[in-house]
Amino acid sequence: MSQTQQESAGQLVAAADRPMAGAASKGPRRKKPAKAAVTADGHQVRKLSWKTRLRRDRQMLLMMIPGVLFLALFFYIPILGNVIAFQDYQPFLGITGSDWVGLQNFVDLYFDPDFWGAFKNTIVLAVWQLVLFFPVPLGLALIVDSLISTKVRRWFQSLVYLPHFLSWVLVIALFQQVLGGAGLVNNTLRDMGMGAIPFMTNPDTFPLLATVQLVWKDAGWAMIIFLASLAAIDGSLYEAAAADGAGRWRRMWHVTLPGLRSIIVLLLILRIGDILSVGFEQFLLQHDAVGPGAAEVLDTFTYFAGVVGGGWSMGAAAGLAKGVVGALLIFAANKVAHKMGEPGIFQKKVG
Amino acid sequence: MATTLHERRSAKRRSKGLTYNPNRPVWKEPASPFYNSIKALIIGGISLSIVLPILLVISTSLADDKQLVAAGGYVLWPTHPTFDAYQTIFSSPFMFRALGVSAFITAVGTFLALFITITMAYATSRPVMFGRPVLLLVLFTLLFAPGLIPMFLMIKQLGLLNTVWSLILPGTFAAFNFVVMRSFFMNIPTELIEAARIDGASDFMILRKIVLPLSKAVIAVVGLFYAVGFWNSFFNAMLYINDQTLYPVQLILRNFVVQGSPMADALGVATTPPPQSLQMAIVVVALLPILLVYPFLQKHFNKGVITGAIKG
Repeated sequence: MSQTQQESAGQLVAAADRPMAGAASKGPRRKKPAKAAVTADGHQVRKLSWKTRLRRDRQMLLMMIPGVLFLALFFYIPILGNVIAFQDYQPFLGITGSDWVGLQNFVDLYFDPDFWGAFKNTIVLAVWQLVLFFPVPLGLALIVDSLISTKVRRWFQSLVYLPHFLSWVLVIALFQQVLGGAGLVNNTLRDMGMGAIPFMTNPDTFPLLATVQLVWKDAGWAMIIFLASLAAIDGSLYEAAAADGAGRWRRMWHVTLPGLRSIIVLLLILRIGDILSVGFEQFLLQHDAVGPGAAEVLDTFTYFAGVVGGGWSMGAAAGLAKGVVGALLIFAANKVAHKMGEPGIFQKKVG
Repeated sequence: MATTLHERRSAKRRSKGLTYNPNRPVWKEPASPFYNSIKALIIGGISLSIVLPILLVISTSLADDKQLVAAGGYVLWPTHPTFDAYQTIFSSPFMFRALGVSAFITAVGTFLALFITITMAYATSRPVMFGRPVLLLVLFTLLFAPGLIPMFLMIKQLGLLNTVWSLILPGTFAAFNFVVMRSFFMNIPTELIEAARIDGASDFMILRKIVLPLSKAVIAVVGLFYAVGFWNSFFNAMLYINDQTLYPVQLILRNFVVQGSPMADALGVATTPPPQSLQMAIVVVALLPILLVYPFLQKHFNKGVITGAIKG
C-alpha cells in the first residue's frame, strides 16, 4: 500500500470515528480513562491518541488561532497588566522597572473622597436603573405580545429597536436638541413667556435624566428577550385558563408571569453583577455639563484619575476593585438564584 | 345552544359583527375599547418619542435661514429644503477625512471581526481537541473585564496609539456575538457535516461550502452588531487618538454638537449656514448610515438573535 493510500484510509477511519468520539465526550463521565470507549449501541471504538486527534483536528485548531490570539492580546495580557495596581507605576520605567508598593494604592483609594463620591453616584444610578429601567422592557413586551394585529406589531417592534443602534454621542446630541438649554422644549417655553428649565444640566435631577436616556435608548431592545420567552409559553395553558374562567389579568398573573420567571431572574442576576458599571460613555459625555458631583461614576473616575490625571496605578486599582467586586456579585447572585430553584446563568454547562 | 367555550365566544363575536381574525386566539375576550385605547396611547407615545427627535434633526438640517429664524431655531418640516449645510460639511476636508476614517474602521473592522468570530465559533461548535478550554477562555471574558488602564497601556505597548488600528483591533471580537454565532452553528445538523467529511471535504471546505451558506441570517445580524459598534465607537477614539486627522465622525459629533465647540475655524470653511443647521447636519451624517442599513437587516433579528440568545 502506498503512502497516500494509507493516509486516506487513516482519514476515513478518523472520519468514521468522529461522531462516536463526540458521543463519548457528551455522555456521562467515565470513571477512568480507558483505552477503548464503548458507544451507546455497544460498539467498541479505539480511543484516539492525541497525535491522531491533533492530525485529525489540525484545520479546526488552525481556525481557533486568530480568536485565541485576539483573546491573549486584548484580554488576558491586559488582565496581567493589572499588576500595576500594586505598583507605583511610572510610564517611562514600565512595569518591570516600577516599584512595588503592595496595597498602598487601595489604601489611598479608601481615603479618597472623590472615589467614594463616584461610588455613591454609581450606586444611586444603579438603583434608579433597577427601579425605573428594569420593569419597562417587561411591560413593553406584555403590551406588544397582546397586540393582535401583526402589522402594528411589526412596525412598533422595528421602531423601538432603532435607538439601541444609535451611539451614545448621538443619543445625547438628540436629547440636547430637544431638552437642552437652547433646545426645542425650552425655546417653546420661552416663546410662551415661561422660564427655561435646565433639564440637561441640573445635577439634582441628573439620575432621572440619565435613566430616561437609558430607557429611550435600550428599553425596546431589552424587550426582545422577553418577547422570545413569551412566544415560548404554551398557548394551550392560556386556553385552559380561559376555559376555567380566568380573565386577562388572572391569565397574566397565573400563566404569563410564571412562564417568564426564570428569564426575569436571569436578567436580574446579570443586572446585579453589572451594578458597578452603570454605563460609561453616557456619563463621560455629560461630565462637563452636569459636573462631576453627579455624573462621576466609577468608570469615569478611573478615566480621569488614570489617563487624564496620570495616576496610572490609582486608576488601575479602582478598575481592578470594580472588576473583582462585579465578578463576585455575579457569583453571589447566581448562588441566590440556585437557592430559589432557578437555573441561573452558569450551572448549566454551556454547550 | 352553543356549549363549548369556543362556540360561545365565536357566537358572541358574530353577533357583534366582528370579523374573523386568524391571529386572535378563540378564547380571547372581545376587544375592549378601554384597554385598546390605553395601548394605543402608550404605543403612539413611544413611537412619537422616537420619530420626533429624528425628524426634528433631519428637518432642521434641511431648513433654509429664513424659516429657521422665523421658527426660532427648530423646524419640524422644511418648507424650502436646501442642502447648504451639507455642502459646507462636505466641502470641509476635516469632515471628509473623518467620514473616511469612520467608513474605513467600520468596513475593515467588521470584516476582521466576522472572520475571527466565525472561525472561532465554528471550531468550538464541534467536538474537537481544545474546543472546551477555548470556549471557557471566551466565556470568562463575559464575567470580567481587564479594565481601562491596562487596556490603554497594552495599546500603547503595541505601538497602536494614534493609528486607526487602535480603533479597529480592540473591537474585533465580542463574546456575546460569539455565543450567538456558536449556538447557531450547533443547530446545523451533524449529519450534514459528517456526510461532507466522508465525501472527503476538509474542515475549511465544510465551513465555506456548507456552514456559511446556511448561516446567512446570523452572519447578517452579527455583522450588523459589529458594524454598528465600529461606526458608533467614540470612546476608543477619545482615548487612543490625538491626531485630528484621524478623528472619526462620532468624535466630531461630540466636539461640535455635544460640547458645542465653535465650528467655523475647525471646519476650515469661510461662509457658514446658521450653526444650528450645521450641527444638525453633522448629527444626520452620523445617523444616516444606520437608518439606511437598519431596514434591510431588521428582518433577520427574530431569526438570528432570538434563536441564538435563548439557547446561549
